[in-house]
This record gives sequence, structure tokens and C-alpha cells, in this order.
Amino acid sequence: MDLTDLTVHELIEKLDKKEISSEEIVKAYADNINAHESDVKAFVTSQADEAIEESKKIDEERKAGNIKSKFMGIPIGIKDNICIKGVKTTCSSKMLENFVSPYDATVIEKFKELGLISLGKLNMDEFAMGASTEYSAMHKTHNPWDLSTVPGGSSGGSAAAVAAHEVPWALGSDTGGSIRQPASFCGVVGLKPTYGLVSRYGLVAFASSLDQIGPITKDVTDSAILLNLIAGHDEKDSTSVDVQKKDYTKALTGSVKGLKIGVPKEFFGDGINEEVKQKVTNAINQYREMGAEIEEFSLDIANYSLATYYIIACAEASSNLGRFDGIRYGYRAKDYKDLNELFVNSRTEGFGAEVKRRIILGTYVLSSGYYDAYYKKAQQVRKLVKKEFDEAFSKYDVILTPTSPNVAYTIGTKSNNPLEMYLADICTVSVNIAGLPGISIPVDVSKEGMPIGLQIIGNKFEEEKLLGAAYALEQKIKFRENHKPEFKGGK
Amino acid sequence: MDEYEIVIGLEVHAELATKTKIFCNCPTEFGAEPNTHICPVCTAMPGTLPVLNEKVVEYAVKAGLATNCWIEQNSKNDRKNYFYPDLPKSYQISQFDKPLCNDGYIEIDDDEGNKKKIRILRIHIEEDAGKLNHSEHGGDTLVDLNRAGVPLIEIVSEPDMRSKGEVDRYLRSLKSILECIEVSDCKMQEGSLRADVNISVHKKNAPFGNRCEMKNMNSFKTIQAALEYEINRQIDICKNGGTVEQETLRWDDAKAQTVVMRNKENAQDYRYFPDPDLVAIKLSDEYIENIKNNLPELPEKKKARYMTEFELSEKDAKNLTSSKHLSKIFEDAVEICKNAKAAANLIIFDIARILNDKELEEEEIPFTGKELASIIKLIEDGTISSSIGKKVLEELFTLSKENMKDPKEIIEEKGWVQVSDENVIKEVVSKILAANPGSVADYKSGKTKAMAFLVGQAMKETKGKANPQMLNKIFAEEIDKI
Repeated sequence: MDLTDLTVHELIEKLDKKEISSEEIVKAYADNINAHESDVKAFVTSQADEAIEESKKIDEERKAGNIKSKFMGIPIGIKDNICIKGVKTTCSSKMLENFVSPYDATVIEKFKELGLISLGKLNMDEFAMGASTEYSAMHKTHNPWDLSTVPGGSSGGSAAAVAAHEVPWALGSDTGGSIRQPASFCGVVGLKPTYGLVSRYGLVAFASSLDQIGPITKDVTDSAILLNLIAGHDEKDSTSVDVQKKDYTKALTGSVKGLKIGVPKEFFGDGINEEVKQKVTNAINQYREMGAEIEEFSLDIANYSLATYYIIACAEASSNLGRFDGIRYGYRAKDYKDLNELFVNSRTEGFGAEVKRRIILGTYVLSSGYYDAYYKKAQQVRKLVKKEFDEAFSKYDVILTPTSPNVAYTIGTKSNNPLEMYLADICTVSVNIAGLPGISIPVDVSKEGMPIGLQIIGNKFEEEKLLGAAYALEQKIKFRENHKPEFKGGK
Repeated sequence: MDEYEIVIGLEVHAELATKTKIFCNCPTEFGAEPNTHICPVCTAMPGTLPVLNEKVVEYAVKAGLATNCWIEQNSKNDRKNYFYPDLPKSYQISQFDKPLCNDGYIEIDDDEGNKKKIRILRIHIEEDAGKLNHSEHGGDTLVDLNRAGVPLIEIVSEPDMRSKGEVDRYLRSLKSILECIEVSDCKMQEGSLRADVNISVHKKNAPFGNRCEMKNMNSFKTIQAALEYEINRQIDICKNGGTVEQETLRWDDAKAQTVVMRNKENAQDYRYFPDPDLVAIKLSDEYIENIKNNLPELPEKKKARYMTEFELSEKDAKNLTSSKHLSKIFEDAVEICKNAKAAANLIIFDIARILNDKELEEEEIPFTGKELASIIKLIEDGTISSSIGKKVLEELFTLSKENMKDPKEIIEEKGWVQVSDENVIKEVVSKILAANPGSVADYKSGKTKAMAFLVGQAMKETKGKANPQMLNKIFAEEIDKI
């Protein structure tokens, strides 16, 4: 039996029955990292060696009866914009290439209390800005299904590592689709929780009002479990919401009978790949067969979501990334004549082109004289988006759309065309703008064998409904049983 | 000069006296070793988030209510973006369009002594920046972030002041209010109270001139000196037919002149926008009402009470209530010695003179009402004369708060106990009378002033220790005998 073929909930069961040890699990994943990493390149910093040492200690403790939790000794991969004390947090940027975090993110603190073990930090688009992980200043990550294609982004390292069984599960972050879209490209499950459900403390900010940490996993059950572990109010994050603690696995009943599903026609129009449309429609029909009520409706404000998203996200980013000024930490230019040159040269040399593009855009939309026309207007549209979703959720339990307009594409084909790259977010950004939860689950593969994802959107703090719907379809389709990444084009 | 009108408005920054910083739990204490009061939040480590200290809101609301403002019940924090090495996040969390406190005023006397309201446009909360230490040797500049994140309120006045005197009175009045409600210790020498001064001049009946802003002034004296300089500079420009340029200035103490920091073309665009890391500040009616009901007695009210309760003149009452420290010393002393008139006089005349001579602020007075009461009692029971009383006061100012002494102890140490022994005084009187026959004759011929001279001589002889009442009495008796 290859332990890395198992989901986390299966591993936990075997750990609990003492059929396997933490060391065996971690070693199995370390072996896979050795086998695939030269092809996939999902990691920025591997902690595999330290993880093996830690797993031995944890096995001892487990033997001695010091059991922190049933997750003790389970390894995990962490997107490289989430801070672990004493470990590099690079955000895949030259700016933070040598930055070692002096503190733990709240989610990492939780993991340490539970006894989870980090396998390492996973690659991403620089500062989470991008949709293919090609904008990483470290290296490009390759999609395990076809190594010539992108894994999606920005959490491309996390999705690729889960798909390649280099980690059993991982954390990503999602600002405009950065968990769901790479999950879709890599044929895994990616969940962006409701804004405020998971603490952002320790997540290096891209756009504060949109960012959320979430699970990338092999199946829906693991996403529900990981959400159980990371959800909850944090006094260190004022925007985290104090909602009642729930066990999300309880929602996984397998039934969708009577579930009211809305399908917004705007997400099936021009610009969406025909094959994607077809497979997603098939998935929707499966729900109908299982007894759900499907209704098409119009969410026309979605047409403005992308523009709104790029104004708000860039505005916030231009301010959030100001702290990378070469003064206290991070990259500092070698040559500068005065203070202004120290700032300008450090930022010019330390940031990549896409990051600079968004900082400039954001600076522009916040400038006096343009603020009302861009930022303020975008906030007004944001209210309308929320309102339209509110109306939709007064009628439907969940909303279904494709996760991405396309399947994974060949590396290098879009990275020089920012506008085309931005269009990759068209199906996912509305969810962030409205602060809603969204999940992507794999439903089928294309002719070329590349995974296609279905996005399920829920109302605020109604992750149960969304997970319940996702689980039911997963049980019916059995994607994992039928499709496996083949590392096409590899050694 | 009289043909010109001067227009002045102030932006006063007061550090709030909270124990911890505005967005993290670091202490706010002044004077620590550089970079010892810092954490990942106030040094802007990637991924950290601010959490608003509720005490800061409470203190700002207190300040607003004490200065007759209305309170915004749906307020928020905004980011003010600019790059500077002392600003770790590259933005200052401040408030832009929904300040906590709005449209208040403080009443002061104008130069003619008439009551005048200085309107307060707004009071908002914000965080302080760190401090740059320029190394004396070599070109290094070091950043100390202890002060980064210390809470401030910025109190913005309308341009309602028309003279240097009004500025001084407004500032002193504001300081006394903030001290009284205990939201700031207002220690100007530690930078916990500082002002940006906006000033313009124009010919009477003409439109307002361009204004200049003098940044970061932190003593009453400097503000007066800088205003004097700047008023003259601007009027001179106008008199010579020129136009004052809109500029941001800095006062150079060494050169005793204002220096240009930046002009209008280089004005910064701060790109304010609501901070998405923080939530709206929503204040209930009950919250505001509760703060209002728990405000201490404000200086204006206290002044009125002093006038009725202690039968002080308005001027004396105002002097005493202008400073929390003075009124505290006064009330504590009266509580013990029950002699308001004596306590008021010692504070208003003697202590004020010493403060002025030594260039000290009220909060630097080392003793309390207890010591003052003790002096008053010693004078009352004849142990010392009032002139020795003043000397004891001077002596108290040479001591530190920690090593304060009882005035009784001082007069014993110094041998200043008043001489009330009739025989000793008679001896002195005889000696003085013998040495000054001319004055005796003058007195006898009706020049009563001569008596004061003789008493003065006797005081000199006894180094001020002779009981003055007894001196007067015995002189009168002895001269009668001649």
C-alpha cells in the first residue's frame, strides 16, 4: 500500500488504530518529494528532513500517551505567504528571498498545538499576484497532469504538491480565485472560506478585504476537516468573525435531495471554453438526477466584477506592499545615493514586473482626482455585487459555475499578456468581492486529459451547504478513483 | 503692522496616556532603550495585523466631549500612505473623513481680555511614527521604533486665532483640559504635546493670504519665537509688494528662523483610503453618555467653583485652574491648612515666579500640597516669617520628588526658625535705633515711612528671622520712649 494514495481522513484512522506511524507517513511523502520535485517544483523551501525528525518525536509521544490531537503527526504543506517562525517566508519574491519570519501565523499556531508537521513552503505567484505560478521569482511550478502546463495560481505550488502526492494536504490563500483555480487545474479540491471565518494573522497581505486562507486537499472530506482546524475567531485579526464553532464533516451526508441550486447564465457565455461548459453542465445534470432543484438565473452584476476586483485588489496591494521598502527587512539595493534612491532602487530591483504593474495601478486609482472615479466607484459596485448575491441566496442554497474558463494551458502562453491572465479570474472574483465561500471540485477531464473544476458558491458562513453539495457529487463521480495525474512529459 | 491681520490655526498632536500602543500590546512608556518596546505588529512584519486599542477611542471621545465636540457614532480608520524610514508600514493609520470628534470649541481671552471662542474643527485618532537617530560620528541613521504605534489625537482648530497671545492662551487652555481629563500627560519636553502652526497675514478687509505651516513645535517659547519671526517675515513680504508662498516650514532654533521643508508643488498625495484590516468604530449613545457623565471637573467649571468656594478673584481662580498640577497642589494644601488665600498667593506669585525664573513647567514642581500647607502653617503659627516661607519654597525646588523634605526639617537644618523672643528682639531694636538717629527723628516728625526702613534694617540684622509683628510693636514702643 502506498500511504500517499490515502486521504488524510484515511491516514488518521490508520494512525488511530496504530496500523501506521507518523514517521512512515512523513517518510512516504518525503520519498515522493524526492521522486517528483525535480519535475513539479512545487516547493520553495522543503522541510522534509526536519519533518522526519519531528515525526519520530511525535511517534514517541504518542506511544507515551501524550496525545495532542488525532491529527498529531500528520504532515501538511504551507503556501509560502503564511508565516512559520524561524522559517523563510518568501512570497516567491526576490524582495523576501531571505526573510525569516519571527512569528507564527495564527493557523500555524493552531497546527503546532494539534501536532501537525510542516513539510515545507510551497511556490506561488509573487505576493499571490497571478493565476499560473509563472510569476514566482523562484521558479515555475509544473502541473503534475502534464508537466508542460501551468498548475494555475497563485497557490499553484500547493495544488501541484497535493496532486503530485508530495503533501497529503496543503494551505493556500485566495484573493480572487488563488485556491479554487489551481485546484481546478490540478484536479484537487480547493476551498475558499467565507471572509472572516479564518484568521489572516500571519498571511502576508495582498488585498486585505479579499484575502482568505483555505484548504487544498485530495477530497471534500479532507477540506471539511482542515476547515474545522483553521476556522475560528482570532483576536489578532479584527476582521475575523466570532461565529459558532461547527463540525463541517457533519454536513457530508451524500444527499442533495431538495437542495435549491442556482445556475447564473453569465458564467456560461462567451470566453468560457466549450468543453469546460459541457462538462460542468454534465455535473449540474448529475445534481438534478440526485434530486436537487436546478434553476437558471441572471447575475448580471458579475459582468462588472472583474473590473471592480482589479481596482480594489490593486489599491489595497499598493498600500500593503509599501512596507517592503528595504529599511527593516527584505531586499535592499546595493547602490543608492540618498534615501529616495534607497526606496526606489530596492523596490525596482526587489519586485517582479506583475507586482510592480499592480502597485502602479493601485497607486493610480487611489490618487487624488482619480479616487472617486475608480476606488470609490468600485466600492459602490462591490455593494451591488453583495446585494445581487443576497437576492440569489434568498432563492438558492448554492450557486454552480465553472471554476475557470479554461483547463491548464502550456507554460509561457499567457504570462506576457496581463489582460488575458486577468481574465482567468472571471469566474472566481465575484465570490471574493462578496466575501462568500466557494469550493472547486474536479468533475471530469478534457480530451487531453486535463482536469475540469466545478465551482460551488455558498452564502456567508454556510460552508456546510457547499461542502454537503460538493461531497454528494464527489461520491457520485468518483473522480479520484477514475483519474490520476500521470506526470506527462516527465522523466 | 496694525494694518495687517494675522490668521493662525493649530493642529495639536497629543500622545495619549494609554499603557499600551494603539494597535498592539507594546508599552508606551517614554525613554526606554531603542527598539525594546517593539513587536511584529508595530515593526510591520509581513502578515501582521492591527487591532484597535479601545482605550484610545475612549480617551479621544473624552477629549472631544471636554472640548464641546459632537461624537461620530459610525467612525473608521483610514490609511495615510507615504514612505519614510520611521514609518514601518509605509502608511500611518489615521482618520480621514469620519473623525471621532467634530465641531467643538475652547473659550479663551482675546488680547483685550474679552471672551472668545476658538473653534475646533475635529479631533481624530492616529498612530505616532518611530524616531530617526542621526549618528554624530559617521553618516549612519538609526531607526528607533519604540514610539511607532504610540496613540495620538490630533486636535485641529479653525483658523480663529489673531495674535501670538491668543495662540499661547489657546494652547495652555487645551493643555490644561487634556491634563485635567487625564488623557495625556502633555509633557512638551518629551514630545507628548506638539503643534503644527498654520499662519497667514493679509491687509485688513482684504482676502486671506497664503498660509505657511510650521511643523512640530514643542514648546510654548519656541512657538512664540517662531510666530514672532514668521509674522514679521510674512508682513515684510506683503509690504514689499510680494506674495507669501504656500510652504511647509521648520523652525531652526539655532538660527532662530523658519526654514523651508517643502513647497506647494511638492505637496504629497497621501492616497487616503479606509483601512481594510480594521472594522468600523461604532459607538452607542450609552457609551458616549457614560463617558460624558464620568468626566472630571473641567478647568472652566473649577474656576467658577474656586471663585465661590474660596472667594478668589476670577484672575486668581483662572491662574490656579490653568494647570492640573497647580490646582492639585492648591486643593491638597487647602485641605490640610484651610487657608485658601495664603495657598493661592504662594502659588500665583511665588511659585509662578520661581517656575518662570527656572524655566520649568508646572508638572516639574517637585513638591505637593502637603509641603505647601506645611509652609503656610509654619507662617501662621509664627515659626517662620513669610519671607522665610518664600526661601523655603526656593529650597524645595532644589530637591527632587523622590527626596522631598518636610519644610519643618529645612528650617531646622538652616536655622531659619523665626525669632519671637522679646528680649532678643528688644536688643536688636535698640541696636538699630542707636545706629539710625536720623530715621528716628524722621518718624517722630511724622514720616511714617521711616518705620518701614527701621524694620527692614532689623530684618537684615536677623537675616529675616525676626517676627515682623513683634518688630513693629517693639519699635513703636521703644521710639515712644525716646
